[in-house]
Amino acid sequence: MPAQDAMPRPLNDSFRQTPTMKILVPVKRVLDYNVKARVKPDQSGVDLSNVKMAMNPFCEIAVEEAVRLKEKGAAEEVIVVSIGPTQAQETIRTALAMGGDRGVLIQTDADPEPLEVAKLLKAVADAEQPSLIVMGKQAIDGDNNAVGQMLSALLGWPQATFASKVEIAGQAVRVTREVDGGLQTLELDLPAVVTADLRLNEPRYASLPNIMKAKKKTIDIKSVDDFGGLPSGHLKVTKVTEPPKRVAGVKVESAAELVSKLKTEAGVL
Amino acid sequence: MAVLVYADHDNSALKDNTHKAVTAAKGLSDDVDVLVAGANVDAVAAQAAKIEGVRKVLTAQSDALGHGLAEAISAAIVPLMANYDALLVPATSAGKNFAPRVAALLDVAPISEITQVVDANTFVRPIYAGNALETVVSSDAKKVITVRPTAFKAAGDGGSAAIEAVDPGPGAPKTRFVSDELVKSDRPELGAAKIVVSGGRAMGSAEEFQRVIEPLADKLGAAVGASRAAVDAGYAPNDYQVGQTGKVVAPQLYVAVGISGAIQHLAGMKDSKVIVAINKDADAPIFQVADYGLVADYKSAVPELMAALDQVKA
Repeated sequence: MPAQDAMPRPLNDSFRQTPTMKILVPVKRVLDYNVKARVKPDQSGVDLSNVKMAMNPFCEIAVEEAVRLKEKGAAEEVIVVSIGPTQAQETIRTALAMGGDRGVLIQTDADPEPLEVAKLLKAVADAEQPSLIVMGKQAIDGDNNAVGQMLSALLGWPQATFASKVEIAGQAVRVTREVDGGLQTLELDLPAVVTADLRLNEPRYASLPNIMKAKKKTIDIKSVDDFGGLPSGHLKVTKVTEPPKRVAGVKVESAAELVSKLKTEAGVL
Repeated sequence: MAVLVYADHDNSALKDNTHKAVTAAKGLSDDVDVLVAGANVDAVAAQAAKIEGVRKVLTAQSDALGHGLAEAISAAIVPLMANYDALLVPATSAGKNFAPRVAALLDVAPISEITQVVDANTFVRPIYAGNALETVVSSDAKKVITVRPTAFKAAGDGGSAAIEAVDPGPGAPKTRFVSDELVKSDRPELGAAKIVVSGGRAMGSAEEFQRVIEPLADKLGAAVGASRAAVDAGYAPNDYQVGQTGKVVAPQLYVAVGISGAIQHLAGMKDSKVIVAINKDADAPIFQVADYGLVADYKSAVPELMAALDQVKA
């Protein structure tokens, strides 16, 4: 008889009342933040061929936070999910090396817009039943800052965006948020969606043993059809252009010359 | 078509971002209403009623709205959208917090931080930290849009719109407000200031940042900003951060002191009218966008600048 059968296991109903805390962390593979985006000459988009790709920095912070919550004993499992091409497995693998337990890749070569991403992630949340979703506040490619809020709305869960501190308090999560002019602290009933801001934590570098260990962790490769198919898009990008360039001005020799130029030439004093 | 603009305010005063969103809204329709959602916002509503070209001001009031809870704001707005073809929200932290939530509840695709209205369905928005501009066409019958305030001129005053109370909605039953920790300052607000003085990592400490940057800002009547490096090092508070991941500013004059000019910082200030850079490294990237560059150690340059400003004012 397998060992777990000897353990007293709660039945389904009581299981729901005392849920084991699962955290779902969506991550995105994007152009590495150190690489300058170059617009394609045909204005069809940003050139992503032969450039370094990496995990979106805000997603890294989200993974780190989820792993820390697990290390503190506040969560039992950290599930990492990504929607993207087959190479997004590397991104998931990075998150697993940081301490995630298992991964799910919804493999697609399409570049779904935030509403579609939120709908697919809702389907993942319906299947996985996490108590908490921690994700980056925005991806640094599209800069939409939308999926967390939308996912929370679709699930009917409370949300706390732009988190700089996250604490689990029983059946609730207490989140300090970066808002205009300072900080705001909220308490949300679980399940909830939290989006990570820059100062939530400093993500760890995965150690070599953990990178090796991560290779053995499971990544389930799914298709969009496993989660209800790719919803139809509502937005069409017709053109991507370079922003107008600023030209460098002049060097001044002294503070006095600077003030004089600001007053007479620029007229801003 | 009619457009609803969400008013940016702090429950006591209306912010200029609202006037800018009204200008963006006028690119979509002449019928522009403003929603003031909050607590005890009658005075704010009266200010909103004066914005030129506003047809009507709606007020929705509750504690949850006063705390800006996204669930409460969204629940109050969704039923109102039966009467509107678009919702325009200033892209502040508060606006970005709830606008996508409204979009999801309406099953429409939000359009984030537009900088230009091309036509009623077509918008321009920055992507990749402003390193590219995307033209996007929406097929949604109703649109939910956040507006980058620095990209639009503020609508003037002179209107006298009627004010009408609407249902504040069910609040946010699963969210409890715990506390606010807001920084009190007599300086102008970073996002709306005519002049911004920002300090970078070269300051070396919080004390030095306060000693150097703040008096210069006060002399110029400027808001204080900081680079991400300075904020991450703890020299300046979080909400001083100018950049892709912080605030986007476009003042008349931006003075960067000891800031090298990382891409992420430039994304937050490159639309300023006049940029001044003071840095001892002549090769710092900030000089590539500066109208006036002074290659000097800030330790000597800032006191000299203060003295020169005194002379000009005298």
